Amino acid sequence: MTTPQATVATDSTPVSRPAPAGKRKKLRRLTGTDRVVLGLMVGIPTLIELLLVWGPALFSVLLGFTDARTDIDQPGGVNFAGLDNYKFITEEYPPFWPAVQHNIIWLVFLAVIATPVGLFIAVLLDQNLKGSRIYQSIFFIPVMLSLALVGIIWHLIYSPDAGLLNSVLGTAGTSDQIDWFGDSSINLWAALVAASWKHVGYIMILYLAGLKGVDPSLREAAAIDGANAVQTFFRVVFPAMRPINIVVVVITVIEALRAFDIVYVINRGTNGLELLSALVVQNLVGEGTQIGVGAAIATVLLVISLVPIIAYLWQTFRKEEER
Amino acid sequence: MTVIAEPSGKTTTPLKASKSGGSGPKVSRGGRVFSYSFLTITSVLWLIPLVWTIYTSLRPEKDTQKYGYLSTGGSFNFDNYSDAWNQGGFSKYFVNSAIITVPAVILTLMLAAMVAFAVSRFKWRFNVALLILFTAGNLLPPQILAAPLFQLYKHFELPYSVSDSGSLLNTYYGVIAANIAFQVGFCTFVLSNYMKALPHELTEAAMVDGAGVWKQFWKIILPLCRPALAALGTLVVIWIYNDFFWALLFIQTGDRLPVTTGINNLFGQYAQNDNLIAAGALLTAIPVLAIYVALQRQFVAGLTLGSSKG
Repeated sequence: MTTPQATVATDSTPVSRPAPAGKRKKLRRLTGTDRVVLGLMVGIPTLIELLLVWGPALFSVLLGFTDARTDIDQPGGVNFAGLDNYKFITEEYPPFWPAVQHNIIWLVFLAVIATPVGLFIAVLLDQNLKGSRIYQSIFFIPVMLSLALVGIIWHLIYSPDAGLLNSVLGTAGTSDQIDWFGDSSINLWAALVAASWKHVGYIMILYLAGLKGVDPSLREAAAIDGANAVQTFFRVVFPAMRPINIVVVVITVIEALRAFDIVYVINRGTNGLELLSALVVQNLVGEGTQIGVGAAIATVLLVISLVPIIAYLWQTFRKEEER
Repeated sequence: MTVIAEPSGKTTTPLKASKSGGSGPKVSRGGRVFSYSFLTITSVLWLIPLVWTIYTSLRPEKDTQKYGYLSTGGSFNFDNYSDAWNQGGFSKYFVNSAIITVPAVILTLMLAAMVAFAVSRFKWRFNVALLILFTAGNLLPPQILAAPLFQLYKHFELPYSVSDSGSLLNTYYGVIAANIAFQVGFCTFVLSNYMKALPHELTEAAMVDGAGVWKQFWKIILPLCRPALAALGTLVVIWIYNDFFWALLFIQTGDRLPVTTGINNLFGQYAQNDNLIAAGALLTAIPVLAIYVALQRQFVAGLTLGSSKG
């Protein structure tokens, strides 16, 4: 799966401002053919986006209120079931609350540990260090790999009888060996370390660009005022990177909600690795298919996801509206 | 996965910026010693999983059983790679990845460029609403769409000459379409910012000369977007190649899986043979790492072009 993507508005370094809206061509100056062509250019992609993204998202919400089991064309038809699925997941479905808890832990871990480490590495690399490019390249390699592959690579570190970690600890092949991905009391943390291996490099890249965009005169002014490096960073540089800070917050939250591939590769998101995204899929494929239940969990995930998405859109497009 | 700076519309990457040195403050000698030691230790830690994977992949399983995984005994060869390639069916997986990735990337860029052109060069009432629709669609967790999309595909009847399942399930088309729909939002957003920064006189002049909208798009705007398209194209290739979920959901027979999802089968089948899994993992990573080398050059080219334009 892809990593959430975002675009950074570095307002601090505009090269050429977009032309004001008034200068843009008015539609009424176009010929009939041009209107049709433009309509198709916008219409086709919009139709795809509506049909394959927004339509299904809304349909998920609807399905969550039905008793759909294996198919929307099931014998007996699909009936309205009110809040039954929601009652079921919150009261009777054992993995639901652990999944909510794990998603929250995932978010807190990324936000409190992985993201700050990425920022810290970016700040260190932003000094005029020799070999900075080599360091950057090393931290960037995991960012290029899929999270599924990250899970497999870390299996080689964590595996109980052959893994590097147990070999180094001398526990490999003994009764003391630790099954890092299999033991439900620790596997969430083991998976988080693996996921952070990728996340840190991603954040580092974003902040490196952000730091280059900060006006050097701000730092000089702070230095003249007698601020030390730490003060300059927290009071001047960090606030000046506001657009990138927003993107990083959004990416961290979305990444925590989207986490799926890595737990699915390890054990399909069971036994200590339950996540909302994995529960959705467990209810859609294989035995015990309960489309209604899966859709209800998907709706919970959708509602939570809309919070950071709306916050991000509001930040990004507010200015656009004013233009 | 990268930062596309707007509104300058200039694609940029920090990987390049290091060439001109950092922008950060001058630091004391003590600070430098700390920075170097911290970065060196951390980057060594960062390399361990990869180095360990490479090391394990080069050793025969029986030697690691005999001497232990953390040892230097035994022989080193590429047998695990050929075994993984043959037993894992990698040649088929790689072909499938190409069949899915190539059209998906081209169509994604094409569709995104069309919307971006209309939104950025003309004054529409719904410009911002459209951009929001596309950008937000890209941020949703894909699992939210899983149940309805699966049902849509299942009940979307196709002639058996086109699809042997009689529907969109278990077809490349289905995976390609889902990937396109998911990636087009981000590309639209980036390209529309890039196009907004191109001078309006360009298309104005063409319009006076009687060039239609399509000609303005195809002959004037699109060629100017080449650096942005190249940078975006590389990114989207990696994202779609790395996609695990859509193929997992829609493809039911192993011989149609792309490599990122297919490696999971190898992982399940040979769970006891870490040497084989290591080789398989590295085989999967090779295309991405190859692009990674090319991507850095690509970005540098894009950046120089952007800066010479002012």
